[in-house]
Amino acid sequence: MANLLSNMLTPEFFFSILRISAPILYATLAAIVVEKAGFANIGLEGLMMFSALFGSLFSYYTKSWFIGFLVALVVGVLMSLLMGFFAFQLETDIILVGIAINMMGSGGTLFLCKVITDNTEGKAMASTTGLITSSLCIPNISIPVIKDIPFIGGVLSGHSFLTYLAFLFCFLTSVMLYRTSLGLNIRAVGENPNAAASVGVSVLKIKYIAIAFSGLMSGFGGAFMSMSYAQGWSQDMVAGRGFIALAAQAMGGGECFGGMLSSLLFGFAQAMGIKFSSVGLDSNLASPIPYAITIISLAVFGVIRQRQAKKPRTAEGT
Amino acid sequence: MAEEYVVQMKNINKVYSNGVAANQGVDFNLKRGEIHALMGENGAGKSTLMKMLFGMEQPTSGEIIINGESTVLSSPSVAISKGIGMVHQHFMLVPSLSVAENMVLGMAPRKGIFIDKAKAIEITKENAEKYNLHVEPEMRVADIPVGMKQKVEILKALVRGAKILILDEPTAVLTAQETEELFKELKGLKEEGYTIVFISHKLNEIKEITDRLTIMRNGRSMGVYETKDVSKEDISRLMVGRDVVLNVQKDKAKPTDTVLKVRNLEYVNEWNKKMLNGISFDVRKGEILGIAGVEGNGQKELIDMLFSLDTPDSGTAEVNGKSIISIGQKKVRDAGVSLVPEDRMLYGIAGTASIEENVISDRAGSKELNSGPLFNMKAIHELSDKLIKEYTVLCKSSAQQVGMLSGGNIQKVVVAREFSNDPVLILADQPTRGIDVGATEFIRKKLVELSRSGIAVLLVSADLAEVMELSDSLIVMHDGKIAAYFEDTTTLTDEEMGEYMLGLKEQTPEEIRRVCHD
Repeated sequence: MANLLSNMLTPEFFFSILRISAPILYATLAAIVVEKAGFANIGLEGLMMFSALFGSLFSYYTKSWFIGFLVALVVGVLMSLLMGFFAFQLETDIILVGIAINMMGSGGTLFLCKVITDNTEGKAMASTTGLITSSLCIPNISIPVIKDIPFIGGVLSGHSFLTYLAFLFCFLTSVMLYRTSLGLNIRAVGENPNAAASVGVSVLKIKYIAIAFSGLMSGFGGAFMSMSYAQGWSQDMVAGRGFIALAAQAMGGGECFGGMLSSLLFGFAQAMGIKFSSVGLDSNLASPIPYAITIISLAVFGVIRQRQAKKPRTAEGT
Repeated sequence: MAEEYVVQMKNINKVYSNGVAANQGVDFNLKRGEIHALMGENGAGKSTLMKMLFGMEQPTSGEIIINGESTVLSSPSVAISKGIGMVHQHFMLVPSLSVAENMVLGMAPRKGIFIDKAKAIEITKENAEKYNLHVEPEMRVADIPVGMKQKVEILKALVRGAKILILDEPTAVLTAQETEELFKELKGLKEEGYTIVFISHKLNEIKEITDRLTIMRNGRSMGVYETKDVSKEDISRLMVGRDVVLNVQKDKAKPTDTVLKVRNLEYVNEWNKKMLNGISFDVRKGEILGIAGVEGNGQKELIDMLFSLDTPDSGTAEVNGKSIISIGQKKVRDAGVSLVPEDRMLYGIAGTASIEENVISDRAGSKELNSGPLFNMKAIHELSDKLIKEYTVLCKSSAQQVGMLSGGNIQKVVVAREFSNDPVLILADQPTRGIDVGATEFIRKKLVELSRSGIAVLLVSADLAEVMELSDSLIVMHDGKIAAYFEDTTTLTDEEMGEYMLGLKEQTPEEIRRVCHD
């Protein structure tokens, strides 16, 4: 136990929490914005899978991580707009659209990967891990001055620039929601679409913008997964982060800052799971830890919120 | 002299796609700077007419002239651009946003890419001062009282350039003080040249602040009057009245034992309005007790309490000596109570289920319809076929979806179920609303027949003809209270009813107490 604790109180451990939290945070921001606009996008997982695959492929074929990164963003946005088209214009249930995207994100990406990489060395590949070298990954940044501070330098410096961007986006999303007229319209549409429509706000347009934003965030998250977190895309590599983000959104009260704290909590749980297995705990025991923490914390927050919401009717004075 | 009118609606007809003619040849006009009352009972077509003026609905035929120009109001945005604003009964506000944010929604002032919140607050304050409508710009709409919400709505319309304001029953949700304040503000607006349409059926309010009034009944205009020229009694007579005299044959009731006994029911709704204020009455075996009244005077709440759909703050209700307060619908039904609900599409049927499934839904677990763990399909077919025949439901087969039937046939499915489960008490809430003449007559006859066979019937209806001719005795509800009790309905006149329904008259407590047959 002492061994484990000393293992955890290292800069590397805290560094890994931030690294693991980043893709969850992107997806959480996506979930927050669509929720504010009045619907749920459960297809974040699938969107991230597509972005991850195409990001790594384009990075390989163009020999430029930056082009791969941009493609990941574009793919995320286009796929989300497609979801919007099905859900808003063809009036399919958005949950079903999300499930479809998730299933395509799991099976479809593998299929596409095999088809597209068929010409490499004469046989199809089930992942792009062999194609992506570290030079095709999103670069890490060491921050001058901070990197030299003992401990803190080891925690904060040397991350992928997408990790820093994730936390910056947390702030920017909050500003967008609460300080711009776009954010005002998003919140109005989500809460009372009739009220928004009655003063000339286009509900359809706002919903498209919200889902495109969720696609953009998924693009960031996907690119991070295949071009920074891991070198290359592999099957089901997003591993439930898109779903955990939905939990983080709810746990964070639907707000950016709360969502960030929840993402960090999940990052912490996963980092701990990894740590446990590294000190010799059976990985079959260690790997469920993050999911157990998800369920427990959701239950706890659920109870707390219910207590707060309960207002006896008699208190209004009869 | 056409210029004195800011709005002229000429020969407006509106037929909804389900065939209901909501407006028939209605003429309506507004003079600049007047407060004009639009009166009528629920379902008289007031709201439809105003929705057309605000571009939410399109007239089937007829012409709308605004400021002398013939205009097509294809959407609320167009209406707003023509200077028409509407304050809906259900506010069009976003609760979690501040007053100022609601005010500028869709036209938010900017500073760079950001919303200029200070400017939004300033706009709100400026207009609040200009129009003398006090609001708190920085408070969340969810936290402000109803009266202020209404002011926000009025300001929203004014900020967007409205010169003509339509207020849909603005005082329905207000306290007396708030109402008084609103009237002061409306008079202020009138003096500045704004034109106001005031939808209401409260006579005192109408007399107090309006200049002219248009009365509607059954989709037709009953005329335009100068408010000072007509008495409250005149208005009541024009608003309330029978257009068709029905003749349902019925013998004199011979009521026996009390079945439903209601005592001192009190209920305050979520907006702190007292909807039931000491309601006491009895319904006896073999009689139809009618409840008349303008909608929204507590009838809906009363039915909710009697069918365990809500819980009263105090009071009792018993069926054959057993309390039915808050015991759940299953137990209420077990006690022998049947309900023909007001909203049949929502509470009466499952639209996508078959006729058969709908008629057995209240007894699906009964021994007769089951054999072991499975349904006894033969018994179910027999029962549904029998009911379809008995209630003359026009359908292809008992497997047809109920939602596909006409309104009258849907209602027949509802009553077939509710009347056939051996009830001791039938709660019939607007049993013939919006259905064809044939089905209406059938259901009315059935109600009389059942009551004469010894069932107690409580009939709530906004249809004056129905409630007066079907009921053996009658109570009138006004403002959450019983305003009158009539032991015998045959000698009642429409005028007398109207006066009680609109709160001009009230019986003494002693007279009302006669409805409790202790």
